[in-house]
Amino acid sequence: MNQIVKITIDGVECMATKGQYITDAAKENGIYIPTLCNYEGVKPRGSCRICTVKVNGRLMTACTTPVSENMEIENNADEIQELREAIIELLFIEGNHFCPACEKSGSCELQALAYRFHMMVPRFPYSFPQQEIDATNPKLVKDQNRCILCKRCIRAIKDEKGRSVFAYKRRSRHVEISIDPKIGKSLSDEMAQQAMDVCPVGALLVRERGFVVPIGERKYDNEPIGSDIEKLKE
Amino acid sequence: MSKPVVATTSLAGCFGCHMSLLDIDERILDLIELVEFNKSPINDIKKFTKKCDIGLIEGGCCNSENVHVLQDFREHCQILISVGECAIMGGLPAMRNGIPIKECLEEAYINGPTVKNNTEKIIPNDPEIPIMLDKVYPCHEVVKMDYHLPGCPPRADLIWEALVALITGNEMKLPYHVVKFD
Repeated sequence: MNQIVKITIDGVECMATKGQYITDAAKENGIYIPTLCNYEGVKPRGSCRICTVKVNGRLMTACTTPVSENMEIENNADEIQELREAIIELLFIEGNHFCPACEKSGSCELQALAYRFHMMVPRFPYSFPQQEIDATNPKLVKDQNRCILCKRCIRAIKDEKGRSVFAYKRRSRHVEISIDPKIGKSLSDEMAQQAMDVCPVGALLVRERGFVVPIGERKYDNEPIGSDIEKLKE
Repeated sequence: MSKPVVATTSLAGCFGCHMSLLDIDERILDLIELVEFNKSPINDIKKFTKKCDIGLIEGGCCNSENVHVLQDFREHCQILISVGECAIMGGLPAMRNGIPIKECLEEAYINGPTVKNNTEKIIPNDPEIPIMLDKVYPCHEVVKMDYHLPGCPPRADLIWEALVALITGNEMKLPYHVVKFD
């Protein structure tokens, strides 16, 4: 049987199921902890650190830390918000994020987080890395300029035999996502769309499709990211 | 008290941000009551005739002339504002930043599919022409910028709110849908 435990998030008492990840427990209690590399239904990886919270005084990633009895979690502390802002800004300067020219603008999670955190300009200098666009796949275009290396596509998109369609190539700062040339060739339309939806940014785009939803009516154009979770509380 | 003086310019931009400033509709009449314009393409004043309070900069720096104008603005304006994605991060012109400048010029003047009649393969380099920079720079990497208004273009309401807040000293109202990067 599931054991119910008591935790506090920013001083508010919450109920959670023992062993549940902090992000999920918070969500059930109508509290939004920002995430980026995390994707519902896929094993969390804790790589982007956006979901960092203070657990009993220590910084931990909320998407990979299970709750336990009497856990005290700080989510909205200034120190933590400041840290999250810095991560978002670093992601913007590390890639080439030309929002006005991106098909994902308005439904991009990175952009939505920047909106939520009121980013006007990153405090760090832009690095303008030299990146390539891979348009060899018949169904998908991969734009490394926008990739934030969250591994969501690697972890979520598998073929019918359970093989990953995407993989990391090269190492360190040269690392990039590659589409398996063999499995990639037989991608179905549904899988290509799924890959685009899984990608939090505009690094994976379905070919020959654009502006199905016009700018101004997209997911995060009128409602901040996380507001659907916060509405549960009301 | 005399009215605050505003100057504007477009560097490596498309004038879209200026169009967005005009997009404040009838509030432009209020704006004229609130401020006086100095150097700006809107009134076609080419040179600063006095010190200004606010400078609105559209576009990033892609050539030596942009840098010169931006430095001139910094010298003459108390407060400088980056208006739009190009001023903030280079914008679409900065999409060339990953390509060496030599390749860019060769594509534009020699190898490009639309190039005709350049039989002598000349890349313009007259000293009269501003020299291109190695890449397009955001304004705040060239001079100190005081504020940033994102958007492509920044929504008219954002520009209006920012100007009025700055002039009246009140806090800026920022509804969610007003600050957008596209």
